[in-house]
Amino acid sequence: MSGCRAFLLAAALLAASGASAAPAPGLITELSQGRIEINTSFKGADLLVFGAIQYPGGRVPDEAPDVAIVVRGPAEPITVRRKDRVAGMWMNTDAVRFESVPGFYAVATTGPVAQLADDRTMAIYEIGVGGLQLSPASGASAETTASFEDGLIESRRRKQLFAELPGAVMVTGAVLYRARLQLPSAVPVGDYAVEVHLIENGRVLTSASVPFTINKTGFERWIYVMAQDQSLAYGLVAVLAALAAGGLASLLTRRR
Amino acid sequence: MSVYLPIAEMSVNWLVIILLGGGVGFLSGMFGVGGGFLTTPLLIFYGIPPAVAVASSATQITGSSVSGAIAYWQRGQVDLKMGGVMVAGGVLGAGVGEIIFQRLQAIGQIDVTINIIYVLFLSVIGGLMLRESLMELAAAKAGAGARPRRRGHVPWIAALPGRTRFYKSGLYISPLAPLALGMVVGVLTVIMGIGGGFIMVPAMLYLLGMAASSVVGTSLFQIIFVTGATTILHATGSKSVDILLALLLLVGGVAGAQAGVRAAQQLSPEKLRLALALIVLAVAARLLFGLTVQPAERFTHYGPA
Repeated sequence: MSGCRAFLLAAALLAASGASAAPAPGLITELSQGRIEINTSFKGADLLVFGAIQYPGGRVPDEAPDVAIVVRGPAEPITVRRKDRVAGMWMNTDAVRFESVPGFYAVATTGPVAQLADDRTMAIYEIGVGGLQLSPASGASAETTASFEDGLIESRRRKQLFAELPGAVMVTGAVLYRARLQLPSAVPVGDYAVEVHLIENGRVLTSASVPFTINKTGFERWIYVMAQDQSLAYGLVAVLAALAAGGLASLLTRRR
Repeated sequence: MSVYLPIAEMSVNWLVIILLGGGVGFLSGMFGVGGGFLTTPLLIFYGIPPAVAVASSATQITGSSVSGAIAYWQRGQVDLKMGGVMVAGGVLGAGVGEIIFQRLQAIGQIDVTINIIYVLFLSVIGGLMLRESLMELAAAKAGAGARPRRRGHVPWIAALPGRTRFYKSGLYISPLAPLALGMVVGVLTVIMGIGGGFIMVPAMLYLLGMAASSVVGTSLFQIIFVTGATTILHATGSKSVDILLALLLLVGGVAGAQAGVRAAQQLSPEKLRLALALIVLAVAARLLFGLTVQPAERFTHYGPA
């Protein structure tokens, strides 16, 4: 924590002395870890995003602009199905396919998410769950697609894989910003990006992006890689391990 | 208390998983059922992805059946010849099941199909077993315990060609009948993540007419091989076998199975059958309820497929 504080201090000094002539402010962004490792005791992780705003000419305004911090996981295509009542039973009927759904999406902001900017801007920068461009691929009507999209988002929210955290970004002295985001244990592995947007009067002044990765390590990684690359051997080992465990238990109890 | 499962990609409480395995393992040893018909729905209820639950439950059943099978083997209650025929059918059925599973998954009807099959099978078999055991208990109470067991009197099974002797089972029937039975069970093992004992045991008793003493042991023998083949099919196909999950279930399962075998020796077969009938009917009722009540989440999504 003290190291992180030292860094913030350095960043602040840099921001204060920054003699940048550019008209738009700059952003310095750092993450608490550039790599999150999933091991046997992984229960989810905390990601601290922090940094500083560099104002042109070092002129710090009285009131800080809004900051939105987006954490986004690897995207994949997903088919969403809706259950309807058929002959008294609930079963899947209609389906809509979305080509690009992030496996994880969280946005932390200084104020209420909806009041940051207009819908168009939010959609361009994909700020807020409502602004996500999920790319529906089916020929269904806009109304149907929207209801499926809501269903998908609601389901992801419940698993904490989609989150909106209004007020979670703290800005100190209109220069330093920080936010702590939680990644649940079901978070998918892959390449992630943290995007920081500086917003004033509904306009995005500047953006910065920092990558990080989530990977399995040690035993977890070994098992995962085995299951993917050596699937037959993995299957045989699983069967043998099951047989051995059963046989061993049988021996132990007979001895008694 | 928590451990991260590498294939399910989530963190679980290992004590809950071990206890779940233990409870199901007890039933496994007691009735000769794999218990998968309880493990799979319980794992899904806990939040494990369905594909991983089905595949890992098959792996767990292999292990929990081995301790039960050895216990029956030591008492000479396994018919190897009968078991061998049923394994052959089961492995064939597993291959067919894998094809059906992938088709259903592609059209998004796998969940509802699994549930409907469960409800149908469980209610028919549970109902039959309940009726049978109630009649036997009533007969025993009336002192007319000498009611002869119906054995080998299904005419079309007796009429199948190529009859051969199964000494331990006390049968002289065509191997086609147990082969077909094994095959049906193999299909169900792949699709539902069950051992299929709850179908095999009554079918061996009432359709094939096997001697009751070797039914449970032989059924466990078949389950070991067919669930083993299923594990390999799932491991190479959908890559959804979570070895850590299976082993956690097993730790509880093997202990439970031993206790179950002992408990079974203390109880009368009629009472055992009555208890199993009630459990089977209860699971069927719960699943039917789940099918007809509006789900909390109407939208489900599936990964890239």
